[in-house]
Amino acid sequence: MLHMAALKTSTDGDRARMASVALSDADRPVTRMVPQPDPLRHLIEVVQVEKIFGDPTNGHKALEAINVSIEEKEFFTLLGPSGCGKTTLLRMIAGFEHPTTGEIRLQGRDVASLPPRTRPVNMVFQNYALFPHLTVAQNVAFGLEMLNWKKPDIAARVNETLALVKLDTFRQRKPAQLSGGQQQRVALARALAPRPQVLLLDEPLSALDLKLRREMQFELKRLQRETGITFVLVTHDQEEALAMSDRLAVMNTGRIQQIGTPEEIYDNPANRFVADFIGEANLIPGAALGRNASVVIAVRPERVALASPDMPARLRGVVDSATFLGSDTLMEVTVPSGRVRARIRGAARLAPGTEVGLAWPADAERELAD
Amino acid sequence: MSAAVQGRAGGRRIRPFDWRHNPGFGFFTALIMLFLYVPLVVLVVFSFNANHFVTVWTGFSLHWFVRVAHNGDIRHAAYISVIVGVMATICSTMIAIAAALGFERGGSFRGETSAMGLVMMPLVVPEIVTAITTLIFFSSIGFHYGVLNLVIAHTVFCIPFAMLPIQARLRAIGTGYEDAARDLYGDEWRIFLRITLPLMVPGIMAGSILAFVTSLDDFLISFMVSSAGSTTLPVYVYGMMRLGVTPEVNAISAILLVISAALALVAFLISRPNEAGAAAGGTVAATTN
Ligand SMILES: Nc1ncnc2c1ncn2[C@@H]1O[C@H](COP(=O)(O)OP(=O)(O)O)[C@@H](O)[C@H]1O
Ligand SMILES: [Mg+2]
Repeated sequence: MLHMAALKTSTDGDRARMASVALSDADRPVTRMVPQPDPLRHLIEVVQVEKIFGDPTNGHKALEAINVSIEEKEFFTLLGPSGCGKTTLLRMIAGFEHPTTGEIRLQGRDVASLPPRTRPVNMVFQNYALFPHLTVAQNVAFGLEMLNWKKPDIAARVNETLALVKLDTFRQRKPAQLSGGQQQRVALARALAPRPQVLLLDEPLSALDLKLRREMQFELKRLQRETGITFVLVTHDQEEALAMSDRLAVMNTGRIQQIGTPEEIYDNPANRFVADFIGEANLIPGAALGRNASVVIAVRPERVALASPDMPARLRGVVDSATFLGSDTLMEVTVPSGRVRARIRGAARLAPGTEVGLAWPADAERELAD
Repeated sequence: MSAAVQGRAGGRRIRPFDWRHNPGFGFFTALIMLFLYVPLVVLVVFSFNANHFVTVWTGFSLHWFVRVAHNGDIRHAAYISVIVGVMATICSTMIAIAAALGFERGGSFRGETSAMGLVMMPLVVPEIVTAITTLIFFSSIGFHYGVLNLVIAHTVFCIPFAMLPIQARLRAIGTGYEDAARDLYGDEWRIFLRITLPLMVPGIMAGSILAFVTSLDDFLISFMVSSAGSTTLPVYVYGMMRLGVTPEVNAISAILLVISAALALVAFLISRPNEAGAAAGGTVAATTN
């Protein structure tokens, strides 16, 4: 680890800082040279970044006005539909792309123009990119060799990392002899072995089948807890993002729409896109509820109930379908302004065509600018 | 519209156009194969002829192969061919590796297309032109070093043959592995040695075999460039034929044919798109979407 710190830093101040972080591993003598981390200094800061591919004046603008700060030990997710620029942003943090304007800071140091090998950041590639001619153990050892670790240290660290991802028995296999899930674990081990400050994961679970994906979600959370490394995950799967993240950034068309904890984003979507993309939301025109016509009211289906004496109807409509799902009933109701989905607790066997009133508590609605 | 509906109603499937079902296609193919391979078969068969004749079969014998083996001049010519082939293969493959890396990994540069065209030139320029210009070039600078002349001339025209499979391989493995190695703190030189070069090996093998076969088979350029002590096998065979064709020529040709075909087959098998190597190719950017 010392080697890495030495390799990766250019200024003495930074070297001292990084060495202190690097030495915090339990199995090494710890000499803390530098006091507590600066609370005002974020681990990663993306400041006013813009990325234009091709010609700077009329090329394709992939990212615009991006500002994100990611903290130490955080599980941070970039969530957004395909093509919104998540990979580009991740590759910028790794050093494969460079911003057209703006800064990328790692521990306060602007690294925007530095190559990947100078950054204490490792990446799990979407297709894993495991070296096909090297064994599992050689793949995991690669980063350590490039950092000029000593042979016994490398062997110990490879064993430790393979145990961490539960692949100890596959050391001598070639990547082609492993299943997709096992290859993924090798990719994780390879990226974790050099003890990076940040682990970047680009849609790591999208190639796995559903069952394996659930399993790996837990695995990733466990690895993040056990290693204490900051994880930055890219995904287009909102459930995955909500389930795994400490905080997430929702992106669309090259811009960040909202940053917050899963709860904040679910309960208080900042705009129509976020409300629609995260979970399910009924987006009701303000005019239909007797409000300002320029706003949209978002209500989650699970907050919608059938009108009752103590909760008067806010909207009236006709039942389109009612599907009993065990604990809930999913109802589709046609109202004058369109259609509303309601997830009602218990069984509510209402025949299609029945007229119903729909109600929700005041705190269930969010007013969004259209 | 109505015809299509009728066609379906009548239970007839409308077959898409298939050139294999053109009348006479099979016959035409067979004819071409016949023209290509009958002379080769005849040549090989008569190399086992027990008699002097190259057209009248009288019985089986290995006589002519034995004659070839005992002919000191042929052995010397074969030796020159192999020396020139090996040297030219080594030189052209090394140049081809550098060129392929430049084209595939050097980013785009001004005049890239022209540079590519220049490297590929020997493939399209009539060989007689290359042969004559090479000869004139060597004479005009007074460069007369026998085998060395041959090695230089062969190196030049072998480069494109060596480069094509190497370049194809580099493109197939993509930059994803190199990006991963960069991310894992590799410097460019060690990435080349540990990742790129090992993954290139099948392309390099195929390229060098093609270069060797090309060198071994070359006649025109060797004919122009070779001097008294440095006659390659094809040039020597040509000389023999002027004195009258004996099955000895057939025997040498058969040997050359078998060696060339075997090497070409090996090159083909090696460079066939195969397993892991090419599977995860493409740049990371291209594959993560
Ligand atoms: N190397 C590149 N050259 C040109 N355009 C690119 C390049 N990489 C990405 N893009 C474009 O930038 C946009 C964002 O891409 P990307 O970051 O891969 O999106 P995501 O990962 O969210 O699906 C897309 O429109 C894509 O076509
Ligand atoms: Mg992507």
